[in-house]
Amino acid sequence: MTFQLETASNPKGLRRIAIEPVSRVEGHGKVTLLLDDNGDVQQARLHIVEFRGFEKFIQGRPYWEVPVMVQRLCGICPVSHHLAASKAMDRVVGALPLSRTAEKLRRLMHYGQMLQSHALHFFHLSSPDLLFGFGADVAKRNVVAVAEAYPDIAVQGVKLRKFGQEAIRITAGKRVHGTGSIPGGINKLLSVAERDSLRKDIDQMIAWSKGAVDIVRKLATDGGEEFREFGHFESKMMSLVRPGDGALDFYGGVLRGRNADGSILFDGVDDQNYHDLIREEVKSWSYMKFPYLIAQGKEDGWYKVGPLARVQNCDFIPSELAEAERKTFKAARGGGLWHSPLAYHWARMIEMLHAAEVIRDLLNDPDLLDGELIKQGERRSEGVGIIEAPRGTLIHHYQVGEDDLVTMCNLIVSTTHNNQPMNEAVRRVARRYLNGRTITEGLLNHIEVAIRCFDPCLSCATHALGKMPLLVELVDADGTIVDSMVKND
Amino acid sequence: MSPASGVPKPKWLVFGIGNPSRGDDSLGSTLVDRLEQWLDQDGVSHSLPVEVIVQTDFQCQIEHALDLKDVATAVFVDASVACAPPFALTEISAEKDASHSTHALSPACVLEVARKLNMPLPQTWTMAIRGDSFELGEPLSVEAERNLGHAFNRLIECLRMGKV
Repeated sequence: MTFQLETASNPKGLRRIAIEPVSRVEGHGKVTLLLDDNGDVQQARLHIVEFRGFEKFIQGRPYWEVPVMVQRLCGICPVSHHLAASKAMDRVVGALPLSRTAEKLRRLMHYGQMLQSHALHFFHLSSPDLLFGFGADVAKRNVVAVAEAYPDIAVQGVKLRKFGQEAIRITAGKRVHGTGSIPGGINKLLSVAERDSLRKDIDQMIAWSKGAVDIVRKLATDGGEEFREFGHFESKMMSLVRPGDGALDFYGGVLRGRNADGSILFDGVDDQNYHDLIREEVKSWSYMKFPYLIAQGKEDGWYKVGPLARVQNCDFIPSELAEAERKTFKAARGGGLWHSPLAYHWARMIEMLHAAEVIRDLLNDPDLLDGELIKQGERRSEGVGIIEAPRGTLIHHYQVGEDDLVTMCNLIVSTTHNNQPMNEAVRRVARRYLNGRTITEGLLNHIEVAIRCFDPCLSCATHALGKMPLLVELVDADGTIVDSMVKND
Repeated sequence: MSPASGVPKPKWLVFGIGNPSRGDDSLGSTLVDRLEQWLDQDGVSHSLPVEVIVQTDFQCQIEHALDLKDVATAVFVDASVACAPPFALTEISAEKDASHSTHALSPACVLEVARKLNMPLPQTWTMAIRGDSFELGEPLSVEAERNLGHAFNRLIECLRMGKV
């Protein structure tokens, strides 16, 4: 299947522009634009180098090692992989359901992860774009400039992030590569001192999260048409929702999809049956696969995941302040669904507020301090674990042999689901802002702004000093580099 | 605390950066692991003129600025494909850079965030250890292992002297 602007009809003779945020060794993110002699975009593609070989890396390992090993996939959201793998292995050890205590402690870990990840994205990665404008001087578009111009916001961002990391450290055992979640449950309770160390600050975290929602709401309102139309495209959406009442739930539930007009496409799909719903397409020009809904086919079956999908896919948010903000968000669109990539920021901050409220409620729950750690039941050979990670739906699927070694591993990460939507956003922005224009760093940043809305995880591999340039190359029709720009080294 | 004088020892932070599952990318975290083992030996920590705290992570982020609180000297240890083997020890200062879109801050940018948060800044160094092979599931390459040995010896020499 080929989409408009995905492939130029005559790529030879077109000028090539590459934006390469090479944040890790393997390259990871690159945008290529082919322009004709008039400077009009004829082809736009986002290439992301997906983690490779990890599934093979896991095969042959004992199943109980997997929840710890998979954290090495990603330095950005290790907890999501830790918990998705644990959920899959809960099935393998027959621990259904988990004890109340185990599930609540995992939720505390996960909602801490959502809080810190969303805080990082908004306050650190996106706020420079949003507060200074997409075309602002590059010297201004970083977190340090935010700290200069908006010192309170910068401090809040750092402390929200730190708080979320503390919730992870306390539940997972350590901040990086924790072992708190294991097949069948968890390996430690919270102590009173640990609980109280979080409880003393949680009201402040809620207040700052509410303040962040206020900031984005104002930006959306002030931004008017540009906020709504920047990179705008319509698509289906998918996320987990809580079974029974359709509430927002990051930890688990059933799969629900909506059409672009807001009508329900499917609902109540058991997470164990995801493979009856989703298939992945390989395209020759991209390392990353393109998932689609089987029933709708490759052309029509692509969909968004992540905050914008979740906040609009659920029937309500089960916490007071976030639910009020969801209603405001929905009303601001006038009944239809938000499809603007920039609306991801708004939805993301509503989710951050919800995460903070859930953490507060969990910290008041005595089950965190006492209860059953692990359950076991009938041993099975297969398990699927699906979780709503900060960037969207994360799927882990394993088969385990009688010798307890993993024989099959399939992972679909959030950024992969959003591959086609990100490409669509890039094409819309390229056409709207780059056609016929002189290419400037500020204009190229519009492309990056569109990608950043989705908070793609480009960090599933490694990094090393000297391997992190942000490279822009202009290549003429003969393949000769005529100009280049390095933003960071 | 120095037992003789009752004066607190200056605090040193050794921060290892990298993914332990990715070959030579684990140079930073492996050095920290070895440092912890060395510090755990009888009498070693006690004999040093400095108090050593260690940390590892896949990459630097904004909250790591808070880890610099009360630190006199910070050493960020990372694999590098740019430095000459075996390693390069370089003093750095707070600096704005354009790492905002990479989900990872440079150590200099971590310092800059700390500065903007009105924190006193430690004397800070990067220890870049030459690495060449970054494949998933691979151990340290032979060359990286050799480079790591040189870097480790230099670091403990610095800790024993209390200066870089």
